[in-house]
Amino acid sequence: MRLLWRLMYMTKDMLKNEHDFVVPGDEIVKSIDYLPGKNTFREGDSIYAKKLGVVNISGRVVSVIPLSGVYSPKIGDMVIGEVTDIQSNGWVIDINASCEAYLPLSGVREYIDTNKTILSKVYGMGDLLYAKISAINQSSDSVYLSMQDSRSRKFTSGRIVRINPSKVPRLIGKMGSMINVIKDKTGCRISVGQNGFVWLDGDNTELALEAVKMIEKDAHKVNGLTEKISGFLDGKKK
Amino acid sequence: MMIKRKNNRKANELRPVVMKVGIIPNADGSAMVSLGKTTAVAACYGPRPLHPKHMQQTDRAILQTIYMMAPFSTTERVRPGPSRRSQEICKVTRESLEPVVCLEEFPKATIDVYITITEADAGTRTAGINAASLALADAGIPMKDLISAIAAGKIGKDYVLDLEGKEEEATACDLPISYSPRTKKLTLMQMDGDLPAKDAKEVINLAINGCEQLIKLQKKALEERWMK
Repeated sequence: MRLLWRLMYMTKDMLKNEHDFVVPGDEIVKSIDYLPGKNTFREGDSIYAKKLGVVNISGRVVSVIPLSGVYSPKIGDMVIGEVTDIQSNGWVIDINASCEAYLPLSGVREYIDTNKTILSKVYGMGDLLYAKISAINQSSDSVYLSMQDSRSRKFTSGRIVRINPSKVPRLIGKMGSMINVIKDKTGCRISVGQNGFVWLDGDNTELALEAVKMIEKDAHKVNGLTEKISGFLDGKKK
Repeated sequence: MMIKRKNNRKANELRPVVMKVGIIPNADGSAMVSLGKTTAVAACYGPRPLHPKHMQQTDRAILQTIYMMAPFSTTERVRPGPSRRSQEICKVTRESLEPVVCLEEFPKATIDVYITITEADAGTRTAGINAASLALADAGIPMKDLISAIAAGKIGKDYVLDLEGKEEEATACDLPISYSPRTKKLTLMQMDGDLPAKDAKEVINLAINGCEQLIKLQKKALEERWMK
């Protein structure tokens, strides 16, 4: 039904098709029957791309899936960040976004009495944390973190790699399919932050790292990437 | 009479153009633009938190462009560090890009673009703007358009596009523009020398024509970076 509708009405106004590559300023649709979604804007009758990426059309909403760019925080995301400053009642965390994040005392699981405990004993400068984004203040563009999620923790071993944040959904896969393949085949422990930081620990991190880098490189090009990675890891194990 | 140019170049023809995107792995976005013997390399970082805090704008990000000529870029050594000329070019580059970058999406942040001229043979500011625009797009920064820039001038009775070093010395005027192809508006126009009013339109149109040629190459360079 949706396809039929698109064939009947849409084709003549569409200047770009789904999955087409666009750069900022490219005209995607010349019609007021469509709505501008993420990373697009309307001017006059037309919808234009605002970022470099590929076109995505769902129903009447036209959006662009970006291929690059810094992480934009969303509530509920798990991120990996580094403690860059300690204040009187919390920590400033660098999460590699356009703004810094703040972890207040109330976001820590245990009760901390600031009169008796030095905050740097809990999390010191340079510590790497796996934390959840608990709140975002839109008006002042500040991000608050919480360690109260069961997945949250401080990393004490392993290594961190940075990938492009827009490739993170592909690295995790549908219901974690991709990341589970890597975990199973390499025996590594892996935590993925939505901000593009990936934590790897275990005996075979080199191989897991290679797989992660491969996904980052091919994320927007290859179909059946999970099979490809699975085959790659099987081949390396022999 | 057609003007005789080096390599049989036509009056409305660009020098040989090479564009590469994504050449600096550590930057969020990067690009190299080379027109003949002029080469500009741009690296874009951000949006990222801005320090010192007193420079932060509470409602928008700031765009910082740093233009630098490499000491070896010309036959005579260029003294490193900011000069009167490079400060001016930093300012005009920033002002030519600001109208299209969606700065209001990142309050208190900064977007830094570092432009290095590795080889100079006239037209460095326009090459720098082209590279900066590509680097910004490559870094995934929301923009309303790409920007392309080129200079045009008048030698004798001929209007010429994309002046090279020797021609720049001979020209009566040198008119660099930067252009937003979607809205068909100029975001920068400067002029050295002088030009009769009746010629101005001709020279500007020639430069706009050059920008239209460049924007196609810029889009192709971005597509090559991401789709191959």
